[in-house]
Amino acid sequence: MHYTDVVCTFCGTLCDDIEVTVEDNRIIDIRHACRVGASKFFKASDIKHRRTKPIIRENGREIEVSLEEAVEKASEILADAYRPLLYGWSSTTCEAIKYGVFLTDLVGGIMDNTATVCHGPSVLAFQEVGYPSCTLGEVKNRADLIIYWGSNPLHAHPRHLSRYSFYPRGFFRERGMQDRELIVIDVRRTDTAKIANKFIKVEQGKDYELVSALRYVLNGGVLKKDYVAGVSREEIYELVDKMKSCSFGVLFFGMGLTQSSGKHRTIDNAISLVRDLNRFTKFNIMMMRGHYNVTGSNEVLAWETGYPYAVDFSRGYPRYNPGETSAVDVLVRGEVDAALIIASDPVSHFPKEAVKHLLRIPYISIDAFYNATSMFAKVYIPTAVAGIECEGTAYRMDGVPIRVRKIIEPPEGVLSDEEVVRMIYEKTMEKIKERIEEEAAEKVIV
Amino acid sequence: MKIILKNGYVYDPINNINGEVMDIFIKDGKIVNEFREKDAKVIDCKGKVVMPGAIDIHSHIAGGKVNTGRILRPEDHRRFVIARKFKNGKFFRSGAGFSVPSTRITGYLYAKMGYTMAFTPALPPLMARHTHEELSSIPIIDKGALTLMGNNWFVMKYLKAGEIEKCAAFAAWLLKAVKGYAIKVVNPGGGEAWGWGKNVTSLEDRVPYFDITPKEIIEGLMKVNEMLKLPHSEHLHTINLGRVGNYETTIKTMKLARGLENRDRHVLQITHAQFHSYGGESWKSFESKAYEVAKAVNKMKNVAIDVGFVTLDPTTTMTADGPMEYYLSSLTHLKWTNKDIELETAPGVTPYNYSPKSAVSSVQWAVGLELALLVEDPWRVMLTTDHPNGGPFIRYPRIIAWLMSRKYREDFMKNMNKAVEKRAIISSLDREYDLYEIAIITRASQARALGLKEKGHLGVGADADVAVYDINPEELNTAEYEKIERAFSNAYLTIKSGEIVVKEGEVVNEFYGKTYYVDVEVEEELMQEVERDLDYYFKRYYSVNLANYPVSLDYLTNPTKIERKIERVKVIK
Amino acid sequence: MKEIFLKFKGSKTVLEAEVINPNVFAGKKLSEIENLTVYHGNRRAKLGEFFDVEGSTSEDARELRIVVEGDLEKVKRIGENMSEGEILIKGNAGMHTGDFMSGGRIVVEGNVASFCATEMKGGEFIVKGDAGDYLGSAYRGNWIGMQGGLIVVEGNVGRESCAHMSGGKAIIRGTAGDFAGVHMRKGTIIIEGKANRAGAQMIGGTIVILTNVDPLPSFELVGEESDIEVDGERFSGTFLKYIGDKAELRAKGTLYIRK
Ligand SMILES: [Zn+2]
Repeated sequence: MHYTDVVCTFCGTLCDDIEVTVEDNRIIDIRHACRVGASKFFKASDIKHRRTKPIIRENGREIEVSLEEAVEKASEILADAYRPLLYGWSSTTCEAIKYGVFLTDLVGGIMDNTATVCHGPSVLAFQEVGYPSCTLGEVKNRADLIIYWGSNPLHAHPRHLSRYSFYPRGFFRERGMQDRELIVIDVRRTDTAKIANKFIKVEQGKDYELVSALRYVLNGGVLKKDYVAGVSREEIYELVDKMKSCSFGVLFFGMGLTQSSGKHRTIDNAISLVRDLNRFTKFNIMMMRGHYNVTGSNEVLAWETGYPYAVDFSRGYPRYNPGETSAVDVLVRGEVDAALIIASDPVSHFPKEAVKHLLRIPYISIDAFYNATSMFAKVYIPTAVAGIECEGTAYRMDGVPIRVRKIIEPPEGVLSDEEVVRMIYEKTMEKIKERIEEEAAEKVIV
Repeated sequence: MKIILKNGYVYDPINNINGEVMDIFIKDGKIVNEFREKDAKVIDCKGKVVMPGAIDIHSHIAGGKVNTGRILRPEDHRRFVIARKFKNGKFFRSGAGFSVPSTRITGYLYAKMGYTMAFTPALPPLMARHTHEELSSIPIIDKGALTLMGNNWFVMKYLKAGEIEKCAAFAAWLLKAVKGYAIKVVNPGGGEAWGWGKNVTSLEDRVPYFDITPKEIIEGLMKVNEMLKLPHSEHLHTINLGRVGNYETTIKTMKLARGLENRDRHVLQITHAQFHSYGGESWKSFESKAYEVAKAVNKMKNVAIDVGFVTLDPTTTMTADGPMEYYLSSLTHLKWTNKDIELETAPGVTPYNYSPKSAVSSVQWAVGLELALLVEDPWRVMLTTDHPNGGPFIRYPRIIAWLMSRKYREDFMKNMNKAVEKRAIISSLDREYDLYEIAIITRASQARALGLKEKGHLGVGADADVAVYDINPEELNTAEYEKIERAFSNAYLTIKSGEIVVKEGEVVNEFYGKTYYVDVEVEEELMQEVERDLDYYFKRYYSVNLANYPVSLDYLTNPTKIERKIERVKVIK
Repeated sequence: MKEIFLKFKGSKTVLEAEVINPNVFAGKKLSEIENLTVYHGNRRAKLGEFFDVEGSTSEDARELRIVVEGDLEKVKRIGENMSEGEILIKGNAGMHTGDFMSGGRIVVEGNVASFCATEMKGGEFIVKGDAGDYLGSAYRGNWIGMQGGLIVVEGNVGRESCAHMSGGKAIIRGTAGDFAGVHMRKGTIIIEGKANRAGAQMIGGTIVILTNVDPLPSFELVGEESDIEVDGERFSGTFLKYIGDKAELRAKGTLYIRK
């Protein structure tokens, strides 16, 4: 069986031109995907190395159970909790995320996605100053100046340059890269920097100062210092000139910028720079989102609650305050007494203090792949790989929604994230509806 | 379920019923002929008003830029929250948002006011799946989405080349692909110019590269609309929105409809006309030109308006008019988002605080009311705030009360900037809407504009969408306007598809309404030509594959198709 | 002055207790106070379950001092929205202490957590120890922060104190973390210790730093001034006076840095 127009669910670039050949429910050939994308397809299709039975752990013993038993146990944990955290939600479909919101609303928990540890600062900056942006096709058709700042797409988003930004021919850029200029700003000469027309090396942690200097010069200021953030005055003036005089510029930024010492204020300043540039020309900015559906996770949460991540339902309605209601923070402070982790591996990626607390409390791990977090979970439920074994919706880094496909059958008895979360939601509802019914007397409109 | 609404004062303008005391019979989701009371739920509506469920033809409730508005404004949401609850065996979700409420509570808040249908007016085709995901998470009400076409490359290319049949076939393909309901045009040509940071300011301006004018786009799509026999008219947000002195452009725009006709409805809807009825030379001399615009509407029988009232609240503006949002944010210095969408459109979002103390805001408030009071034929007026642009939809009851009560307008003006008395004529207008006229502008005219025969009335065969309000028309005193506002804010009863969903202002039931979309079939040879172009353009200029572009019906709750079959597309000259 | 003593008995997880507010306590009997609703994680509970309540009540909030004792790091929102009276916290205070307060006085003998005195409009907020991040700042997304009143911190403060400040005065005796007064529009911030990136993106208001630090590159030096007076406070010595943050178009903020 040969499939075309398949969507790759590796990164936020969400390439939708993949071709896959399947024989006997096994993927045997993949075309157009980058190396990392292709390896994800093959990994999913390698059933031997996946666990396919739900597990419950009691007193250090690991018991294989039915899905129903696992769901029952999961709902017990959540129904009993005073401050449950439901975390992950970025490498799964919007349909699963939607039930995640239902479930979190029901149990009065905190729902957070992986944006909290990657582009959370960008979202906070968005809320401060806005976000002039565009879809990737706009970049392809119009952009003549492309800047990557704190981002190394050759590694993290391998096809970004060839599909959307630097290399492709576009409607107003018929000669492709010859009609464009590529600038990379980073703390070190990355592989992307090596192919750029210009590389600007910024001193570690000083991105904020460099943005301030650029804005100052753009707004007519005369820079006194010879160097700002390790960049010479001449380079700063030259960069401002280029940005002002292009006909369509775009600034892509990644974790190098969001995790710089200024955090969301660096992004706030960078967005303000782009906004200022629109007084002179057309300029847009875009986050280089990592997980393939972290954008969708922000979107679903926002339409269901008003807020894009770190949403706290403990008072029966959504509230939001990253730093207070974000996953790492509630773990580090030891507030959380139960958790559900889906499509994510915080045990491997969270700060030590946060992991320490997570390991102290009962939690559920739902993941297509058995990971470090699953290894210590009270309940582990394996699920199908979205975009390969089940379909659903995902949002590309520029917000374009794409339907991801199902091309092979999941292992027997293994359901999608969506179905498993819905089952837990329904089971938990039975357990706590009386408690909520009593609360209903108090209806809040502020 | 069978329901009888007994002895209410019925206002059903489509069937010429003006406050008659009658019984309404409901069975299997429809209004039916009289049946016996046995086995029916009989509800006493004595001393109460019975109307068809209200309809909102233009309300930004779902889609990419609406959600951008949500993400942008945490500080707005904390002002307005609704807690989750468990009732009648159902779990009702919580939500937040004053000017941009989250999806679930959007459904609840509409139903609470007796509204049973709302259309989101700006679906960017590439983002259609997003719009439908949000629509499908709005409970209770029926829904639909107007599809942005005024800056679409195919549309501009075909119209410029004089290939209007191809343009029509493309519009038909697009509506079906994205499950859209009507042709929406926003700042025609301006969106494409904005791709280079530019705009258009006159109907004769030329769009960069495409070399077409806003006038040609508006006229072309109006003709396409009639060639395809679409249920709704072209829905137009014309150029120069919100600009001082824009009323002349607006009147010129209306005149473009001359010569076109449709038996069932107008051929052009000037949407949120309030934002297009401004005079003056600068913000300092900003004034109402509602009188001039209303006069033009009174003359042009084939043009209708929805008002886009300003309610004087802090709100979030969001339009597919990117250059306008940028301009607005450069006046207020508040945060601003923009999203240029390849080959299609360019929406933007920025907060705006309409303050009664501001001269401009208070005149804007007057402009909306003046338009509604000066256009003589209520069948060509629709009550909207262009939610949330002029104010949030939860203020509709207040607007109804302003229209019904001169006293309310006078009292409200007491705390306003005095400009409202000098640069508007609202204080000289005596007209007060009666309940029949209110029923027209909130139900009947909107259903007719949408071309939906089963909506907006209570005749046999209509969908059983009904609102009952605790107002006794015999005792109605318009000086007691708080009572009017309260009654319309909290429907005594809202019935959707024959089921009770609201009782005395409280949502007691939830399920999902219909989603309307249009499916027009045109001749095959013509469509094949267009498909060749689609193939060429998608391969080269879109960033998604053509096969991944169309939205499947899985995304729609109760998808409801309005079909047209055009044997041969006939060019309208 | 009447005093009510609350002694914290501990809780399993975070507690939200905005009812600990003189405006709320005024006119209530001790038993009624014990019955006030608090939120324990996702459960509703009574104040009395977590606090021993003693002392004498008053009809008038202005005549009321609430003394709270214990390790209150987990207790949020004490004094939120208060407009009159006094709260004395003998220990560390949790998040959102004094949020939106418009009058009265809160004294914390220990440290305060992040997000305290958010969007304060009036009154006094005194901290003897250190403060966390976002002290006296605007809520997420808001462009109007603190509008009035006085904040005094004897120790250090975290990042982004007084973000979007639009009025009032803050005095920080210790060091300020990055971005004190970011996006400031009006008001005064006095920082006695070090402060990095202070006044970033400010368009108005005044910041005085009593140590010598490097301003951001987008601040313009306009000259030197000696023995300055700012918002009723006098400072001796020589100061470099900057206008900024000129990264912003409409920048009219003043930044004094001791030479
Ligand atoms: Zn609109």
